[in-house]
Amino acid sequence: MAAFGTGASSRSLQGRGGSAGFRFTLYAILSVVVMFLDQRQGWLERARYVLQAASYPLQLAVSSPTTAWRWLQESFATREALESENKRLRDQQRTMELRSMRYEALEHENAELRGLKDALPPAAERWLPAEVVNYRTKETDNHRAVLNRGTSNGVFRGQAVLDEKGLLGQTIHVGPWSSEVILITDPEHEVPVQIARNGARTVAVGSGDPTSLRLPYLPANADVKIGDLLVTSGLGGVFPAGYPVARVTEVHRDAVDPLSRFRAATLGRIDLDREVTLVWFRPDHPSAPGGTSIADAKTGNPAIQPQKAPPKPVATPPATPEPPAASAATPAAKVPSAKAPSATAPSSAGTAKPKPTTAAAPPATSSAPPGPGTSGTSGAAASEPASPPPAPAPTPQEQQ
Amino acid sequence: MSDFEPRGRMLLTVLVGLILTVLPLPPWLDSARPAFLVVTVLYWSIASPRTGGIALGWFSGLLLDVFQGPVLGQHALALALITYLAVREHQKIRFKPALQQSLIIFALLAFYEFVVFAIDGWSGHPVTNPMRWLHTATGAVIWPFAAAFLNHSSGRRA
Repeated sequence: MAAFGTGASSRSLQGRGGSAGFRFTLYAILSVVVMFLDQRQGWLERARYVLQAASYPLQLAVSSPTTAWRWLQESFATREALESENKRLRDQQRTMELRSMRYEALEHENAELRGLKDALPPAAERWLPAEVVNYRTKETDNHRAVLNRGTSNGVFRGQAVLDEKGLLGQTIHVGPWSSEVILITDPEHEVPVQIARNGARTVAVGSGDPTSLRLPYLPANADVKIGDLLVTSGLGGVFPAGYPVARVTEVHRDAVDPLSRFRAATLGRIDLDREVTLVWFRPDHPSAPGGTSIADAKTGNPAIQPQKAPPKPVATPPATPEPPAASAATPAAKVPSAKAPSATAPSSAGTAKPKPTTAAAPPATSSAPPGPGTSGTSGAAASEPASPPPAPAPTPQEQQ
Repeated sequence: MSDFEPRGRMLLTVLVGLILTVLPLPPWLDSARPAFLVVTVLYWSIASPRTGGIALGWFSGLLLDVFQGPVLGQHALALALITYLAVREHQKIRFKPALQQSLIIFALLAFYEFVVFAIDGWSGHPVTNPMRWLHTATGAVIWPFAAAFLNHSSGRRA
Protein backbone atom coordinates (compact mmCIF):
# COMPACT_ATOMS: atom_id res chain seq x y z
CA MET A 1 0.00 0.00 0.00
CA ALA A 2 3.06 2.21 0.06
CA ALA A 3 3.03 2.39 -3.69
CA PHE A 4 0.89 5.49 -3.78
CA GLY A 5 1.18 8.61 -1.72
CA THR A 6 4.86 8.99 -2.33
CA GLY A 7 5.75 12.57 -3.13
CA ALA A 8 2.42 13.86 -2.00
CA SER A 9 3.09 17.51 -2.70
CA SER A 10 4.16 17.24 -6.29
CA ARG A 11 1.36 17.36 -8.79
CA SER A 12 3.28 16.53 -11.90
CA LEU A 13 0.92 14.46 -13.92
CA GLN A 14 3.22 13.83 -16.77
CA GLY A 15 5.34 11.28 -15.01
CA ARG A 16 2.46 9.66 -13.20
CA GLY A 17 0.68 8.52 -16.34
CA GLY A 18 3.57 6.26 -17.10
CA SER A 19 3.87 4.97 -13.56
CA ALA A 20 0.14 4.32 -13.36
CA GLY A 21 0.39 2.27 -16.50
CA PHE A 22 3.34 0.41 -15.07
CA ARG A 23 1.54 -0.27 -11.83
CA PHE A 24 -1.52 -1.38 -13.69
CA THR A 25 0.53 -3.82 -15.75
CA LEU A 26 2.06 -5.16 -12.57
CA TYR A 27 -1.31 -5.70 -10.92
CA ALA A 28 -2.78 -7.16 -14.07
CA ILE A 29 0.00 -9.72 -14.30
CA LEU A 30 -0.38 -10.47 -10.62
CA SER A 31 -4.10 -11.11 -10.95
CA VAL A 32 -3.66 -13.25 -14.02
CA VAL A 33 -1.09 -15.34 -12.15
CA VAL A 34 -3.42 -15.65 -9.18
CA MET A 35 -6.30 -16.68 -11.42
CA PHE A 36 -4.17 -19.22 -13.21
CA LEU A 37 -2.98 -20.76 -9.95
CA ASP A 38 -6.48 -20.79 -8.55
CA GLN A 39 -7.88 -22.49 -11.62
CA ARG A 40 -5.34 -25.29 -11.38
CA GLN A 41 -7.14 -27.17 -8.67
CA GLY A 42 -5.65 -26.97 -5.26
CA TRP A 43 -2.53 -24.96 -5.91
CA LEU A 44 -4.00 -22.07 -4.04
CA GLU A 45 -5.90 -24.16 -1.52
CA ARG A 46 -3.45 -23.09 1.13
CA ALA A 47 -3.81 -19.44 0.20
CA ARG A 48 -7.57 -19.84 0.16
CA TYR A 49 -7.37 -21.26 3.63
CA VAL A 50 -5.37 -18.29 4.86
CA LEU A 51 -7.63 -15.83 3.07
CA GLN A 52 -10.67 -17.50 4.52
CA ALA A 53 -9.18 -17.09 7.97
CA ALA A 54 -8.08 -13.52 7.32
CA SER A 55 -11.39 -12.46 5.87
CA TYR A 56 -13.47 -14.06 8.58
CA PRO A 57 -13.38 -11.05 10.93
CA LEU A 58 -14.27 -8.87 7.99
CA GLN A 59 -17.04 -11.25 7.08
CA LEU A 60 -18.37 -10.98 10.61
CA ALA A 61 -18.09 -7.20 10.45
CA VAL A 62 -19.89 -7.14 7.14
CA SER A 63 -22.72 -9.28 8.42
CA SER A 64 -22.90 -7.32 11.65
CA PRO A 65 -25.77 -5.07 10.49
CA THR A 66 -27.88 -8.17 9.86
CA THR A 67 -26.87 -9.65 13.17
CA ALA A 68 -27.59 -6.39 14.95
CA TRP A 69 -31.01 -6.18 13.34
CA ARG A 70 -31.84 -9.73 14.42
CA TRP A 71 -30.59 -9.03 17.90
CA LEU A 72 -32.69 -5.89 18.03
CA GLN A 73 -35.73 -7.78 16.85
CA GLU A 74 -35.17 -10.45 19.43
CA SER A 75 -34.56 -8.14 22.32
CA PHE A 76 -37.67 -6.16 21.54
CA ALA A 77 -39.80 -9.22 21.11
CA THR A 78 -42.82 -9.02 23.32
CA ARG A 79 -43.59 -11.43 26.07
CA GLU A 80 -46.64 -12.73 24.20
CA ALA A 81 -44.62 -13.39 21.07
CA LEU A 82 -42.05 -15.33 23.03
CA GLU A 83 -44.72 -17.27 24.84
CA SER A 84 -46.49 -18.21 21.66
CA GLU A 85 -43.22 -19.24 20.08
CA ASN A 86 -42.41 -21.31 23.10
CA LYS A 87 -45.77 -23.02 22.88
CA ARG A 88 -45.34 -23.65 19.20
CA LEU A 89 -41.92 -25.18 19.76
CA ARG A 90 -43.22 -27.37 22.55
CA ASP A 91 -46.02 -28.63 20.30
CA GLN A 92 -43.54 -29.25 17.56
CA GLN A 93 -41.28 -31.16 19.88
CA ARG A 94 -44.16 -33.35 21.01
CA THR A 95 -45.09 -34.28 17.47
CA MET A 96 -41.44 -34.89 16.67
CA GLU A 97 -41.08 -37.19 19.61
CA LEU A 98 -44.16 -39.12 18.64
CA ARG A 99 -42.91 -39.40 15.12
CA SER A 100 -39.46 -40.53 16.16
CA MET A 101 -41.02 -43.16 18.39
CA ARG A 102 -42.82 -44.52 15.37
CA TYR A 103 -39.63 -44.15 13.36
CA GLU A 104 -37.70 -46.35 15.71
CA ALA A 105 -40.30 -49.06 15.46
CA LEU A 106 -40.20 -48.81 11.68
CA GLU A 107 -36.47 -49.01 11.65
CA HIS A 108 -36.53 -52.20 13.66
CA GLU A 109 -39.13 -53.63 11.38
CA ASN A 110 -37.12 -52.69 8.34
CA ALA A 111 -33.98 -54.22 9.75
CA GLU A 112 -35.83 -57.42 10.50
CA LEU A 113 -37.36 -57.55 7.06
CA ARG A 114 -33.98 -57.16 5.45
CA GLY A 115 -32.62 -59.95 7.59
CA LEU A 116 -30.13 -57.89 9.43
CA LYS A 117 -28.99 -59.26 12.73
CA ASP A 118 -29.27 -56.13 14.76
CA ALA A 119 -30.82 -52.78 14.16
CA LEU A 120 -28.50 -50.36 12.47
CA PRO A 121 -27.41 -47.19 14.15
CA PRO A 122 -28.65 -44.01 12.50
CA ALA A 123 -26.70 -42.98 9.44
CA ALA A 124 -25.69 -39.70 10.97
CA GLU A 125 -22.99 -40.07 13.54
CA ARG A 126 -22.62 -36.51 14.71
CA TRP A 127 -24.31 -33.18 14.17
CA LEU A 128 -22.93 -29.75 14.56
CA PRO A 129 -25.18 -26.72 14.42
CA ALA A 130 -23.62 -23.83 12.56
CA GLU A 131 -24.69 -20.26 12.17
CA VAL A 132 -25.14 -18.71 8.76
CA VAL A 133 -22.79 -15.75 8.68
CA ASN A 134 -23.68 -14.67 5.19
CA TYR A 135 -25.27 -16.06 2.07
CA ARG A 136 -26.01 -15.04 -1.45
CA THR A 137 -28.53 -16.51 -3.84
CA LYS A 138 -28.47 -13.94 -6.56
CA GLU A 139 -29.76 -15.12 -9.89
CA THR A 140 -26.68 -13.86 -11.68
CA ASP A 141 -24.21 -15.23 -9.21
CA ASN A 142 -23.12 -18.46 -7.66
CA HIS A 143 -25.09 -19.50 -4.63
CA ARG A 144 -22.97 -19.70 -1.53
CA ALA A 145 -23.29 -19.44 2.20
CA VAL A 146 -20.67 -18.83 4.85
CA LEU A 147 -20.90 -20.76 8.10
CA ASN A 148 -19.14 -20.05 11.36
CA ARG A 149 -17.54 -23.50 11.60
CA GLY A 150 -14.25 -24.60 10.13
CA THR A 151 -11.48 -27.14 10.43
CA SER A 152 -11.11 -26.34 14.12
CA ASN A 153 -14.53 -27.96 14.51
CA GLY A 154 -13.63 -30.87 12.31
CA VAL A 155 -15.45 -29.65 9.24
CA PHE A 156 -14.09 -31.09 6.00
CA ARG A 157 -14.49 -30.36 2.33
CA GLY A 158 -17.50 -32.00 0.73
CA GLN A 159 -19.52 -32.26 3.91
CA ALA A 160 -23.29 -32.31 3.73
CA VAL A 161 -25.18 -29.33 5.14
CA LEU A 162 -28.82 -29.70 6.10
CA ASP A 163 -31.48 -27.67 7.75
CA GLU A 164 -34.47 -29.11 9.56
CA LYS A 165 -36.48 -29.34 6.33
CA GLY A 166 -34.00 -30.77 3.92
CA LEU A 167 -30.69 -30.68 2.14
CA LEU A 168 -28.96 -27.33 1.67
CA GLY A 169 -25.59 -28.00 0.11
CA GLN A 170 -22.05 -29.07 0.75
CA THR A 171 -18.89 -27.35 1.93
CA ILE A 172 -16.41 -26.35 -0.75
CA HIS A 173 -13.86 -24.14 0.98
CA VAL A 174 -13.07 -24.72 4.60
CA GLY A 175 -11.10 -22.23 6.65
CA PRO A 176 -9.98 -22.60 10.23
CA TRP A 177 -13.08 -20.98 11.73
CA SER A 178 -15.42 -20.64 8.82
CA SER A 179 -16.45 -22.57 5.78
CA GLU A 180 -18.07 -21.80 2.49
CA VAL A 181 -21.02 -23.87 1.34
CA ILE A 182 -22.15 -24.34 -2.23
CA LEU A 183 -25.92 -24.48 -2.18
CA ILE A 184 -27.86 -27.07 -4.16
CA THR A 185 -29.54 -24.24 -6.07
CA ASP A 186 -26.22 -23.13 -7.54
CA PRO A 187 -26.27 -23.66 -11.32
CA GLU A 188 -23.04 -25.61 -11.03
CA HIS A 189 -24.28 -27.99 -8.38
CA GLU A 190 -25.90 -31.33 -9.03
CA VAL A 191 -27.44 -33.71 -6.52
CA PRO A 192 -28.12 -37.34 -7.36
CA VAL A 193 -31.74 -37.82 -6.31
CA GLN A 194 -34.41 -40.44 -6.31
CA ILE A 195 -38.14 -39.97 -6.54
CA ALA A 196 -39.40 -41.28 -3.24
CA ARG A 197 -42.64 -42.60 -4.72
CA ASN A 198 -41.21 -44.93 -7.37
CA GLY A 199 -37.47 -44.99 -6.80
CA ALA A 200 -36.58 -43.49 -10.16
CA ARG A 201 -33.15 -41.99 -10.04
CA THR A 202 -31.97 -38.84 -11.69
CA VAL A 203 -29.86 -35.79 -11.05
CA ALA A 204 -31.24 -32.51 -9.75
CA VAL A 205 -29.36 -29.51 -11.04
CA GLY A 206 -29.39 -26.11 -9.41
CA SER A 207 -31.40 -23.64 -11.43
CA GLY A 208 -29.85 -20.40 -10.26
CA ASP A 209 -33.20 -19.52 -8.80
CA PRO A 210 -32.86 -19.37 -5.01
CA THR A 211 -35.60 -21.89 -4.30
CA SER A 212 -35.80 -24.36 -7.16
CA LEU A 213 -33.99 -27.17 -8.91
CA ARG A 214 -34.22 -28.54 -12.44
CA LEU A 215 -34.45 -32.18 -13.47
CA PRO A 216 -32.99 -32.01 -16.96
CA TYR A 217 -32.08 -35.64 -17.49
CA LEU A 218 -35.52 -37.21 -17.32
CA PRO A 219 -37.26 -38.43 -20.47
CA ALA A 220 -40.65 -37.04 -21.41
CA ASN A 221 -42.47 -40.17 -20.35
CA ALA A 222 -40.86 -40.30 -16.93
CA ASP A 223 -43.23 -41.07 -14.13
CA VAL A 224 -43.12 -37.78 -12.30
CA LYS A 225 -46.07 -36.03 -10.74
CA ILE A 226 -46.45 -32.69 -9.10
CA GLY A 227 -45.87 -33.10 -5.41
CA ASP A 228 -43.39 -35.96 -5.72
CA LEU A 229 -40.75 -35.88 -3.07
CA LEU A 230 -37.13 -36.05 -4.18
CA VAL A 231 -34.69 -37.62 -1.77
CA THR A 232 -30.95 -38.09 -2.06
CA SER A 233 -30.12 -41.34 -3.80
CA GLY A 234 -26.78 -41.91 -2.08
CA LEU A 235 -24.89 -42.03 -5.36
CA GLY A 236 -22.16 -39.52 -5.95
CA GLY A 237 -20.36 -40.11 -2.72
CA VAL A 238 -21.23 -36.93 -0.87
CA PHE A 239 -24.77 -37.12 0.39
CA PRO A 240 -26.14 -40.21 2.09
CA ALA A 241 -29.31 -41.82 0.80
CA GLY A 242 -32.78 -40.86 1.87
CA TYR A 243 -32.55 -37.22 2.84
CA PRO A 244 -35.32 -34.98 1.50
CA VAL A 245 -34.19 -32.50 -1.13
CA ALA A 246 -37.11 -31.00 -2.98
CA ARG A 247 -40.69 -31.39 -4.07
CA VAL A 248 -41.74 -31.40 -7.72
CA THR A 249 -43.71 -28.26 -8.52
CA GLU A 250 -43.76 -28.07 -12.27
CA VAL A 251 -44.18 -30.75 -14.91
CA HIS A 252 -44.16 -29.47 -18.42
CA ARG A 253 -44.51 -32.10 -21.13
CA ASP A 254 -44.27 -31.22 -24.76
CA ALA A 255 -45.06 -33.65 -27.56
CA VAL A 256 -42.26 -32.22 -29.68
CA ASP A 257 -39.59 -31.91 -27.07
CA PRO A 258 -38.11 -35.30 -26.14
CA LEU A 259 -37.08 -33.95 -22.78
CA SER A 260 -39.76 -32.45 -20.66
CA ARG A 261 -39.15 -29.77 -18.14
CA PHE A 262 -39.41 -30.60 -14.50
CA ARG A 263 -38.87 -28.21 -11.67
CA ALA A 264 -38.79 -28.85 -7.98
CA ALA A 265 -38.88 -26.49 -5.03
CA THR A 266 -36.16 -27.03 -2.48
CA LEU A 267 -37.29 -27.95 0.99
CA GLY A 268 -34.32 -26.36 2.74
CA ARG A 269 -34.38 -22.60 2.50
CA ILE A 270 -31.15 -20.77 3.26
CA ASP A 271 -32.89 -17.40 3.27
CA LEU A 272 -35.09 -18.51 6.14
CA ASP A 273 -32.38 -20.27 8.09
CA ARG A 274 -30.33 -18.75 10.77
CA GLU A 275 -28.83 -22.03 11.87
CA VAL A 276 -28.01 -25.04 9.79
CA THR A 277 -26.55 -28.44 10.59
CA LEU A 278 -23.30 -30.00 9.48
CA VAL A 279 -23.51 -33.79 9.52
CA TRP A 280 -20.92 -36.51 9.89
CA PHE A 281 -22.13 -39.84 8.56
CA ARG A 282 -21.18 -43.28 9.67
CA PRO A 283 -18.94 -44.50 6.87
CA ASP A 284 -19.98 -48.15 7.17
CA HIS A 285 -23.70 -47.49 7.13
CA PRO A 286 -25.56 -48.82 4.07
CA SER A 287 -27.24 -45.51 3.39
CA ALA A 288 -24.06 -43.54 3.90
CA PRO A 289 -22.19 -42.28 0.87
CA GLY A 290 -20.25 -45.51 0.67
CA GLY A 291 -16.75 -45.45 1.98
CA THR A 292 -15.67 -42.09 0.68
CA SER A 293 -12.85 -40.05 1.97
CA ILE A 294 -12.50 -36.30 1.62
CA ALA A 295 -10.26 -36.75 -1.36
CA ASP A 296 -13.06 -38.53 -3.19
CA ALA A 297 -15.36 -35.57 -2.95
CA LYS A 298 -14.16 -34.34 -6.30
CA THR A 299 -13.86 -37.58 -8.19
CA GLY A 300 -16.73 -39.42 -6.60
CA ASN A 301 -16.85 -42.81 -5.08
CA PRO A 302 -14.54 -45.25 -6.81
CA ALA A 303 -16.72 -48.15 -5.67
CA ILE A 304 -19.54 -47.04 -7.92
CA GLN A 305 -17.46 -46.48 -11.00
CA PRO A 306 -16.85 -50.04 -12.12
CA GLN A 307 -15.04 -49.09 -15.29
CA LYS A 308 -12.43 -51.77 -14.84
CA ALA A 309 -14.89 -54.64 -14.79
CA PRO A 310 -16.44 -54.47 -18.30
CA PRO A 311 -13.27 -55.06 -20.33
CA LYS A 312 -12.79 -58.47 -18.70
CA PRO A 313 -15.46 -60.42 -20.62
CA VAL A 314 -14.34 -58.70 -23.78
CA ALA A 315 -10.74 -59.50 -23.07
CA THR A 316 -11.31 -63.23 -22.67
CA PRO A 317 -12.47 -64.00 -26.24
CA PRO A 318 -9.38 -62.46 -27.84
CA ALA A 319 -7.22 -65.10 -26.16
CA THR A 320 -8.65 -67.93 -28.27
CA PRO A 321 -9.56 -66.46 -31.69
CA GLU A 322 -6.95 -64.15 -33.18
CA PRO A 323 -8.47 -62.54 -36.31
CA PRO A 324 -11.82 -61.36 -34.88
CA ALA A 325 -10.20 -60.09 -31.72
CA ALA A 326 -8.44 -57.24 -33.46
CA SER A 327 -11.66 -55.94 -34.92
CA ALA A 328 -13.73 -56.70 -31.84
CA ALA A 329 -11.42 -54.87 -29.52
CA THR A 330 -12.58 -51.40 -30.48
CA PRO A 331 -16.37 -51.73 -30.75
CA ALA A 332 -16.44 -53.48 -27.45
CA ALA A 333 -20.11 -53.44 -26.52
CA LYS A 334 -21.99 -54.91 -29.44
CA VAL A 335 -19.61 -57.00 -31.50
CA PRO A 336 -18.58 -59.66 -29.00
CA SER A 337 -22.15 -60.58 -28.22
CA ALA A 338 -22.70 -61.42 -31.87
CA LYS A 339 -19.36 -63.04 -32.55
CA ALA A 340 -18.45 -64.69 -29.35
CA PRO A 341 -20.88 -67.64 -29.50
CA SER A 342 -19.59 -68.70 -32.92
CA ALA A 343 -15.92 -68.10 -32.28
CA THR A 344 -15.59 -69.60 -28.84
CA ALA A 345 -18.36 -72.11 -28.83
CA PRO A 346 -16.82 -74.64 -26.47
CA SER A 347 -16.06 -72.18 -23.73
CA SER A 348 -19.28 -70.26 -24.18
CA ALA A 349 -20.30 -70.90 -20.61
CA GLY A 350 -18.16 -67.95 -19.64
CA THR A 351 -18.58 -65.79 -22.69
CA ALA A 352 -22.31 -66.18 -22.92
CA LYS A 353 -22.63 -63.97 -19.95
CA PRO A 354 -21.78 -60.70 -21.68
CA LYS A 355 -24.76 -61.05 -23.98
CA PRO A 356 -27.45 -60.86 -21.33
CA THR A 357 -25.61 -58.13 -19.53
CA THR A 358 -25.31 -55.93 -22.58
CA ALA A 359 -28.95 -56.58 -23.29
CA ALA A 360 -29.90 -55.76 -19.75
CA ALA A 361 -27.62 -52.77 -19.53
CA PRO A 362 -29.59 -50.10 -21.42
CA PRO A 363 -32.53 -50.09 -19.03
CA ALA A 364 -30.12 -49.79 -16.15
CA THR A 365 -28.43 -46.74 -17.56
CA SER A 366 -31.25 -44.88 -19.25
CA SER A 367 -34.10 -45.19 -16.80
CA ALA A 368 -34.53 -46.29 -13.26
CA PRO A 369 -34.15 -49.97 -12.54
CA PRO A 370 -37.16 -51.26 -10.67
CA GLY A 371 -35.13 -53.63 -8.54
CA PRO A 372 -33.08 -51.29 -6.32
CA GLY A 373 -35.88 -48.76 -6.31
CA THR A 374 -38.16 -51.03 -4.35
CA SER A 375 -35.54 -51.63 -1.73
CA GLY A 376 -35.55 -47.95 -0.96
CA THR A 377 -31.90 -47.43 -0.22
CA SER A 378 -29.77 -47.37 -3.29
CA GLY A 379 -26.67 -47.21 -1.19
CA ALA A 380 -27.05 -50.90 -0.50
CA ALA A 381 -27.34 -51.58 -4.20
CA ALA A 382 -24.39 -49.39 -5.03
CA SER A 383 -22.13 -50.90 -2.43
CA GLU A 384 -22.10 -54.30 -4.09
CA PRO A 385 -20.93 -53.57 -7.57
CA ALA A 386 -18.95 -56.78 -7.92
CA SER A 387 -21.74 -59.35 -7.76
CA PRO A 388 -24.18 -58.06 -10.40
CA PRO A 389 -23.09 -58.16 -14.04
CA PRO A 390 -21.18 -54.96 -14.69
CA ALA A 391 -23.14 -52.57 -16.81
CA PRO A 392 -21.00 -50.95 -19.51
CA ALA A 393 -20.79 -47.39 -18.30
CA PRO A 394 -23.35 -46.36 -15.74
CA THR A 395 -21.16 -43.47 -14.72
CA PRO A 396 -23.17 -41.71 -12.10
CA GLN A 397 -23.36 -37.98 -12.40
CA GLU A 398 -21.11 -36.42 -9.85
CA GLN A 399 -21.36 -33.18 -8.06
CA GLN A 400 -19.36 -30.53 -9.77
CA MET B 1 -2.41 18.37 2.67
CA SER B 2 -3.71 16.08 5.34
CA ASP B 3 -2.53 12.91 3.76
CA PHE B 4 -3.69 10.43 6.37
CA GLU B 5 -7.19 11.54 7.04
CA PRO B 6 -8.51 10.97 3.53
CA ARG B 7 -6.98 7.53 3.60
CA GLY B 8 -8.77 6.62 6.79
CA ARG B 9 -12.02 7.95 5.39
CA MET B 10 -11.37 6.18 2.15
CA LEU B 11 -10.93 2.83 3.86
CA LEU B 12 -14.05 3.45 5.91
CA THR B 13 -16.14 4.21 2.85
CA VAL B 14 -14.69 1.18 1.09
CA LEU B 15 -15.72 -0.98 4.03
CA VAL B 16 -19.22 0.49 3.92
CA GLY B 17 -19.28 -0.15 0.19
CA LEU B 18 -18.32 -3.76 0.79
CA ILE B 19 -21.01 -4.19 3.43
CA LEU B 20 -23.61 -2.77 1.06
CA THR B 21 -22.36 -5.07 -1.67
CA VAL B 22 -22.53 -8.36 0.24
CA LEU B 23 -25.49 -7.66 2.52
CA PRO B 24 -28.16 -10.32 1.91
CA LEU B 25 -31.13 -8.81 0.12
CA PRO B 26 -34.38 -10.28 -1.20
CA PRO B 27 -33.79 -11.71 -4.67
CA TRP B 28 -35.87 -9.20 -6.63
CA LEU B 29 -33.86 -6.37 -5.14
CA ASP B 30 -30.60 -8.21 -5.37
CA SER B 31 -30.02 -8.11 -9.10
CA ALA B 32 -30.76 -4.39 -9.21
CA ARG B 33 -28.27 -3.65 -6.47
CA PRO B 34 -25.51 -1.38 -7.73
CA ALA B 35 -21.94 -2.50 -7.21
CA PHE B 36 -21.42 -0.11 -4.31
CA LEU B 37 -17.83 -1.07 -3.71
CA VAL B 38 -16.90 -0.57 -7.36
CA VAL B 39 -18.62 2.81 -7.43
CA THR B 40 -16.82 3.85 -4.25
CA VAL B 41 -13.46 2.79 -5.61
CA LEU B 42 -14.16 4.62 -8.86
CA TYR B 43 -15.02 7.75 -6.92
CA TRP B 44 -11.74 7.65 -5.07
CA SER B 45 -9.71 7.03 -8.19
CA ILE B 46 -11.29 10.04 -9.83
CA ALA B 47 -11.41 12.36 -6.82
CA SER B 48 -7.99 11.58 -5.40
CA PRO B 49 -6.05 9.24 -7.64
CA ARG B 50 -3.03 9.57 -5.40
CA THR B 51 -4.70 8.14 -2.32
CA GLY B 52 -6.90 5.68 -4.17
CA GLY B 53 -5.90 4.40 -7.51
CA ILE B 54 -4.94 1.06 -8.86
CA ALA B 55 -3.68 -0.46 -5.63
CA LEU B 56 -6.97 0.35 -3.93
CA GLY B 57 -8.82 -1.10 -6.91
CA TRP B 58 -6.81 -4.27 -6.91
CA PHE B 59 -7.10 -4.94 -3.21
CA SER B 60 -10.82 -4.14 -3.17
CA GLY B 61 -11.21 -6.50 -6.10
CA LEU B 62 -9.38 -9.22 -4.20
CA LEU B 63 -11.74 -8.64 -1.29
CA LEU B 64 -14.68 -9.06 -3.63
CA ASP B 65 -13.09 -12.25 -4.91
CA VAL B 66 -12.79 -13.65 -1.44
CA PHE B 67 -16.40 -12.77 -0.75
CA GLN B 68 -18.04 -13.73 -3.98
CA GLY B 69 -15.64 -14.79 -6.69
CA PRO B 70 -15.45 -18.27 -8.08
CA VAL B 71 -11.89 -17.49 -9.18
CA LEU B 72 -9.43 -15.50 -7.12
CA GLY B 73 -8.13 -12.49 -9.00
CA GLN B 74 -11.15 -12.08 -11.24
CA HIS B 75 -12.66 -8.97 -9.73
CA ALA B 76 -9.16 -7.79 -8.86
CA LEU B 77 -8.18 -7.68 -12.50
CA ALA B 78 -11.43 -6.07 -13.61
CA LEU B 79 -11.27 -3.40 -10.91
CA ALA B 80 -7.59 -2.68 -11.51
CA LEU B 81 -8.41 -2.20 -15.16
CA ILE B 82 -11.19 0.33 -14.68
CA THR B 83 -9.39 2.17 -11.88
CA TYR B 84 -6.43 2.50 -14.21
CA LEU B 85 -8.68 4.06 -16.83
CA ALA B 86 -10.31 6.30 -14.23
CA VAL B 87 -6.96 7.41 -12.82
CA ARG B 88 -5.59 8.13 -16.25
CA GLU B 89 -8.58 10.22 -17.26
CA HIS B 90 -9.49 11.57 -13.84
CA GLN B 91 -8.93 15.20 -14.75
CA LYS B 92 -11.19 15.01 -17.76
CA ILE B 93 -13.88 13.11 -15.87
CA ARG B 94 -13.76 15.35 -12.83
CA PHE B 95 -14.89 18.48 -14.65
CA LYS B 96 -17.61 16.93 -16.71
CA PRO B 97 -21.24 17.73 -15.87
CA ALA B 98 -23.07 15.16 -13.78
CA LEU B 99 -24.90 13.50 -16.65
CA GLN B 100 -21.78 12.94 -18.65
CA GLN B 101 -20.03 11.64 -15.57
CA SER B 102 -22.83 9.14 -15.14
CA LEU B 103 -22.43 8.01 -18.72
CA ILE B 104 -18.70 7.55 -18.25
CA ILE B 105 -19.32 5.58 -15.08
CA PHE B 106 -21.84 3.49 -16.97
CA ALA B 107 -19.24 2.70 -19.59
CA LEU B 108 -16.63 1.85 -16.97
CA LEU B 109 -19.05 -0.40 -15.09
CA ALA B 110 -20.05 -2.12 -18.29
CA PHE B 111 -16.38 -2.70 -19.09
CA TYR B 112 -15.86 -4.06 -15.58
CA GLU B 113 -18.82 -6.39 -15.91
CA PHE B 114 -17.60 -7.49 -19.32
CA VAL B 115 -14.20 -8.47 -17.93
CA VAL B 116 -15.84 -10.37 -15.06
CA PHE B 117 -18.21 -11.99 -17.54
CA ALA B 118 -15.37 -13.02 -19.82
CA ILE B 119 -13.35 -14.52 -16.98
CA ASP B 120 -16.47 -16.29 -15.77
CA GLY B 121 -16.74 -17.90 -19.15
CA TRP B 122 -13.07 -18.80 -19.49
CA SER B 123 -12.89 -20.32 -16.06
CA GLY B 124 -15.94 -22.46 -16.73
CA HIS B 125 -18.62 -20.78 -14.65
CA PRO B 126 -20.64 -19.04 -17.34
CA VAL B 127 -23.59 -16.97 -16.13
CA THR B 128 -25.45 -15.80 -19.19
CA ASN B 129 -28.41 -14.32 -17.37
CA PRO B 130 -28.94 -10.84 -18.84
CA MET B 131 -29.84 -9.59 -15.38
CA ARG B 132 -26.17 -9.50 -14.53
CA TRP B 133 -25.81 -6.33 -16.60
CA LEU B 134 -28.54 -4.51 -14.69
CA HIS B 135 -26.24 -3.24 -11.98
CA THR B 136 -24.24 -1.18 -14.46
CA ALA B 137 -27.32 0.94 -15.13
CA THR B 138 -28.28 1.29 -11.48
CA GLY B 139 -24.66 2.10 -10.67
CA ALA B 140 -24.71 4.93 -13.21
CA VAL B 141 -27.99 6.17 -11.78
CA ILE B 142 -26.72 6.34 -8.22
CA TRP B 143 -23.39 7.84 -9.25
CA PRO B 144 -24.34 11.53 -8.75
CA PHE B 145 -25.76 10.76 -5.32
CA ALA B 146 -22.84 8.55 -4.34
CA ALA B 147 -20.39 11.20 -5.52
CA ALA B 148 -22.20 13.92 -3.61
CA PHE B 149 -22.26 11.81 -0.48
CA LEU B 150 -18.61 10.83 -0.78
CA ASN B 151 -17.66 14.45 -1.55
CA HIS B 152 -19.34 15.43 1.63
CA SER B 153 -17.70 12.66 3.63
CA SER B 154 -14.27 13.42 2.23
CA GLY B 155 -14.66 17.10 3.12
CA ARG B 156 -14.13 18.17 -0.43
CA ARG B 157 -16.00 20.98 -2.05
CA ALA B 158 -17.71 19.60 -5.09
